[in-house]
Amino acid sequence: MLRWLIGGGREPQGLAEKSPLQTIGEEQTQNPYTELLVLKAHHDIVRFLVRLDEYRFASAGDDGIVVVWNAQTGEKLLELNGHTQKITALITFPSLEACEEKNQLILTASADRTVILWDCDTGRQVQKVSCFQSTVKCLIVLQRLDVWLSGGNDLCVWNQKLDLLCKTSHLSDTGISALIEIPKNCVVAAVGKELNVSFVTGSHVGEMIIWDILDWTVQACECNFWDPSPQLDTQQEIKLCQKPNDISIHHFTWDEENVFAAVGRGLYVYNLQMKRVIACQKSAHDSNVLHIAKLPNRQLISCSEDGSVRIWELREKQQLAAEPVPTGFFNMWGFGRVNKQASQPVKKQQENAPPCSLELIGDLIGHSSSVEMFLYFEDHGLVTCSADHLIILWKNGERESGLRSLKLFQKLEEDGDLYLAV
Amino acid sequence: MISAPDVVAFTKEEEYEEEPYNEPALPEEYSVPLFPFSSQGANPWSKLSGAKFSRDFILISEFSEQVGPQPLLTIPNDTKVFGTFDLNYFSLRIMSVDYQASFVGHPPGSAYPKLNFVEDSKVVLGDSKEGAFAYVHHLTLYDLEARGFVRPFCMAYISADQHKIMQQFQELSAEFSKASECLKTGNRKAFAGELEKKLKDLDYTRTVLHTETEIQKKANDKGFYSSQAIEKANELASVEKSIIEHQDLLKQIRSYPHRKLKGSALCCGETEHTQDQTSQAATTSNPDESADTDLYTCRPAYTPKLIKAKSTKCFDKKLKTLEELCDTEYFTQTLAQLSHIEHMFRGDLCYLLTSQIDRALLKQQHITNFLFEDFVEVAEKQESAPPKPGPGRPPSRSLEECPIPQVLISVGSYKSSVESVPIKMEQELGDEEYKEADVAEMSSFDPQENLDYLDMDMKGSISSGESIEVLGTEKSTAVLPKSDSQASLTVPLSPQVVRSKAVSHRTISEDSIEVLSTCPSEALIPEDFKASYPSAINEEESYADDSEGAIHFQASVSAPELGEAEEGGLETPPSQIDSSCCIGKESDSLRVPLSTPAHTPSDQDGVVSIPPQRYRQKDQGFHVDFAVENAGPLRDSSSEGFPADELDPSRLLASRDVSKTSLDNYSDSASNMSSLASTSSDRTPPSAHPTGPSSERHKKRAGQNALKFIRQYPFAHPAIYSLLSGRTLVVLGEDEAIVRKLVTALSIFVPNHSRYAKPVKHWVSSPLHITDFQRWKLIGLQRVAAPAGAGSLHALSRYSRYTSVLDLDNKALRCPLYRGALVPRLADHRTQIKRGSTYYLHVQSTLAQLCSKAFLYTFCHHLHLPAHDKETEEVVAGRQASFLKLTLGLVNEDVKVVQYLAELLKLRYVQDTPGTGHPMLRFDYVPSFLYKI
Repeated sequence: MLRWLIGGGREPQGLAEKSPLQTIGEEQTQNPYTELLVLKAHHDIVRFLVRLDEYRFASAGDDGIVVVWNAQTGEKLLELNGHTQKITALITFPSLEACEEKNQLILTASADRTVILWDCDTGRQVQKVSCFQSTVKCLIVLQRLDVWLSGGNDLCVWNQKLDLLCKTSHLSDTGISALIEIPKNCVVAAVGKELNVSFVTGSHVGEMIIWDILDWTVQACECNFWDPSPQLDTQQEIKLCQKPNDISIHHFTWDEENVFAAVGRGLYVYNLQMKRVIACQKSAHDSNVLHIAKLPNRQLISCSEDGSVRIWELREKQQLAAEPVPTGFFNMWGFGRVNKQASQPVKKQQENAPPCSLELIGDLIGHSSSVEMFLYFEDHGLVTCSADHLIILWKNGERESGLRSLKLFQKLEEDGDLYLAV
Repeated sequence: MISAPDVVAFTKEEEYEEEPYNEPALPEEYSVPLFPFSSQGANPWSKLSGAKFSRDFILISEFSEQVGPQPLLTIPNDTKVFGTFDLNYFSLRIMSVDYQASFVGHPPGSAYPKLNFVEDSKVVLGDSKEGAFAYVHHLTLYDLEARGFVRPFCMAYISADQHKIMQQFQELSAEFSKASECLKTGNRKAFAGELEKKLKDLDYTRTVLHTETEIQKKANDKGFYSSQAIEKANELASVEKSIIEHQDLLKQIRSYPHRKLKGSALCCGETEHTQDQTSQAATTSNPDESADTDLYTCRPAYTPKLIKAKSTKCFDKKLKTLEELCDTEYFTQTLAQLSHIEHMFRGDLCYLLTSQIDRALLKQQHITNFLFEDFVEVAEKQESAPPKPGPGRPPSRSLEECPIPQVLISVGSYKSSVESVPIKMEQELGDEEYKEADVAEMSSFDPQENLDYLDMDMKGSISSGESIEVLGTEKSTAVLPKSDSQASLTVPLSPQVVRSKAVSHRTISEDSIEVLSTCPSEALIPEDFKASYPSAINEEESYADDSEGAIHFQASVSAPELGEAEEGGLETPPSQIDSSCCIGKESDSLRVPLSTPAHTPSDQDGVVSIPPQRYRQKDQGFHVDFAVENAGPLRDSSSEGFPADELDPSRLLASRDVSKTSLDNYSDSASNMSSLASTSSDRTPPSAHPTGPSSERHKKRAGQNALKFIRQYPFAHPAIYSLLSGRTLVVLGEDEAIVRKLVTALSIFVPNHSRYAKPVKHWVSSPLHITDFQRWKLIGLQRVAAPAGAGSLHALSRYSRYTSVLDLDNKALRCPLYRGALVPRLADHRTQIKRGSTYYLHVQSTLAQLCSKAFLYTFCHHLHLPAHDKETEEVVAGRQASFLKLTLGLVNEDVKVVQYLAELLKLRYVQDTPGTGHPMLRFDYVPSFLYKI
């Protein structure tokens, strides 16, 4: 767009290679976010956001501080100082039932190998656990069972009073990078795999382990998300190995029917009933997708290292779409070979074609560096945090305008300056 | 900026006495009346009466006990200004009309000399032979060495325009009172110090004498006193008497503030003033906050010396200079204040009046005026001025809070004295408190009342020719209903007034000077003011012509509920039509109140009812805010340019005096800035104010450059639309001077977020960030050659959805499409306007109109919220759209402009602490287009 400004007509580097990236113009009629507020408090990468209640959220990052914000006004409410190193996980913690005061609590894990329980109303440190051998990389609270889990190089289970219930043996050196709860008292843990060059079969990419909560043993290991097909030819796998980052699962989320996964630069929707990928967007972003979330209205939001946030809509595809979409998730390995695949008609079985598609309906550009995470508030919009130390509050402009009007007339009424029509 | 002074003064003023519109339509009537002085000069603004000085100036004179009246200094201190004007002669004149009851010494029945705290007298004086008219402010300073301890001084504002003096009397009086108060405070301090020294001397002398007498007593055992001893004893006695006298004097001078406080119910004038002084002192390089606390404490490092007991009056000794009489610091402050006065009243009378009205009107729009006006903080400050009646109170003040007027001629006597002789009024000393209160009160006069009252004066003076005229006006205690104000001019005299009237008497002097002695009038409002007010009439005409842009509220109301909405959201002002102001009338007839319905329901006077006080001391918060503004991570805050200059009053004032040329090129180079800053730092005038004339040049400059931009670039409209709709415009160029110039020019279109700073960044060379777009709405960006500049260009393209980019080097613009009707009116490249200042005014008036639209839109309840529970949001949205389109007559993108302004208004209104933080960044997902020449 600004090529005339740059003068030489030079293509921005890298764009040519990533040709399949879907772009949207400046006209985004469906994008509701027409107002933004930049929040500044952190002085290092902001990695985590967590929602506290209807109007508050907390942010944490590499500077080791936790900041509590008002999502409505963007006002900084509290700053929690306690960790000496960067924070690696942040989660809300249900209030202890024994405790009288129902203050909002959060758990933070840090690279200083401690986990701190905070009171977000007072800013007080409630409790501190520092008996970890390794950095806790993820936390999850299982409310039904009144326990919480911490995942690092091993997996620990704690009760609400912060007593260790049990722990697994050393799992891997890289540790657990994500934990997610699924029904039937199971958690899914994503063990961040190192993709070594000797990888041949491709079977362990994005490996998922299902743990049974009740007896804390591995019930089903290597329940592969995407069943690697023997049809994969070796060529593709080698391609894949050259760009290992493209195919690690960075984040996934789920609802009743679907699991949404951010794999590399792409987005995939896996239907639990159909046990297959129903939609995919192989190159949703310029670089790795870091976080995704499902909105109630069949929308999906993703943020990426390229500094943008994109809003997608899951749409049913017309059955007779004749476009030669690279079908099946098998082709997800084939980023480097897209052109080749498109040229040779891929004979796939019809049922492999994804029945849905992810349509880009808008993108949010504000951060100058990778967007680490975002948080969605129904009432107040979207909060994004980024490696440029900023947090941006994206809001629906029209809605905010209406709210401001409401506030204005309320103030007029309070002052007794509102005159009713005769 | 509703008014346009260019339009006004082409007619003779007698025209306004009668109704021009009611005259029979004779062909001659259409011709402009011949200018009476056409033989002397071609243009009506040339000096009417052939005065010997080129422009107005301030003269300080003294009645020296040695040489008689003598001029001390003039402001500006430039011989070119007063030219061949005889200062000595005029000093004699002005000093001879000193009506201060300044007798000091031994009053009968008092043992000791008594200090009288004489109030200043304010006189208007004219000398038709010299062609000079003057406002003369007499004051008395204390000097221990002077006769009767007093030194009479006077400050005179000398102008060739009699009406200027007459009509600006209140303002002049208020301003000069400040200067005088400053001088007198310093003088009291110096006088007290002097007394302390004298007392120490006397004490020491007494001790010496005492020991000498003792020695003599001892040496003398014969039982009789030698003549020497008697002499010594006499000397000792006189020293002791002198000590008592001086102690008494010291007590008197120290008791001054208490007397004042005790005497006047309205002590705000004094306290305010001292506050002013402290704040002024704080701004000077040598802050002296404790000036008031240790005002009368003695200097510790003084060694007493032996003095003669009898104070010898020797006429060959050098009298103290004015600077020595007052503290140097106070003296400089006074000079600053005086030069401020000189700046303030510079220019034609009609210009002054227009700008006063202008300001009064702007102040009325206190909800919207922050958007495009740049001196609103002055107006805001005034609202807190204590003497102004609060909005809830009835317009007439109760007696006890109304100062008792001390002026003593009834209208009857005033009329009779028109053809008689100068009046010399001597007042009882008891009046001084009233006078004091009056000084404080003076600043609260309504301009209309002012004008009315002055108008009356004018009429009186017109009737008499070259001869002597004396004009005094009555001051009535209570504010009267307008209808009978004329009839009851002499009625509402309080007992005190009658009493004081009785004590005053006139003495006839043989002087040939015309003395137009005016006294502050509270409320004498002739009803027939309208016809005599020139600018109002012209304004009305021009306003009526512009019916296209005017808001016709009732004419185009489409839906019935819309009418309801309007009625609900807006309070129609009282249907009384203010005869003095056509704008008030206009708005009234259209039922579109320009005044804010919410806040001034009791403003019975319509639009021009708020005092056009020139300025007030700006509070410290203002400066602090500015500092914060620039303290952020800004790249070149030191070379901010235009807004910084507007913000920093001291710099402004100094820069005015530095040189015209540097000011003219001022926005073009940063080096000038630093030179200006340095000059301002060594002068540091403490009472500087960003008044009209100074920023006038900037405005002119900005207007000129904006005009140039509009003529030069065919795509000026979308660029201006970007600014008005809150989309950041980045001006990209290699040459800093050119970029700065254009940014300064375009900044007149940028709506402010808060009162304090325009969201304009004149020059940036680092890559832009998202926060920059949130903070700045107009940015000058340096184009850096690749590869260093790649970063900033990349950022620009990345954030292209938030910005419009104007590339000066390639003469290209990338921004959204604009198809509205507003900007073409605002920026017509075929406009006939040639002058920058005229164009600036045009822009301001168009923007003022736009602001009023935004105001209407913002404050109509039903446009934003459902009228009742069952209404859906769609209905509200539809009503909103139809209001914007049909009622406000907005086309296409103009809607966005008004909506953006409305958001700013809402934010500001809702905000508890205005001026804090930056508003959110609002944007639209609209495609941009590339325009190229």
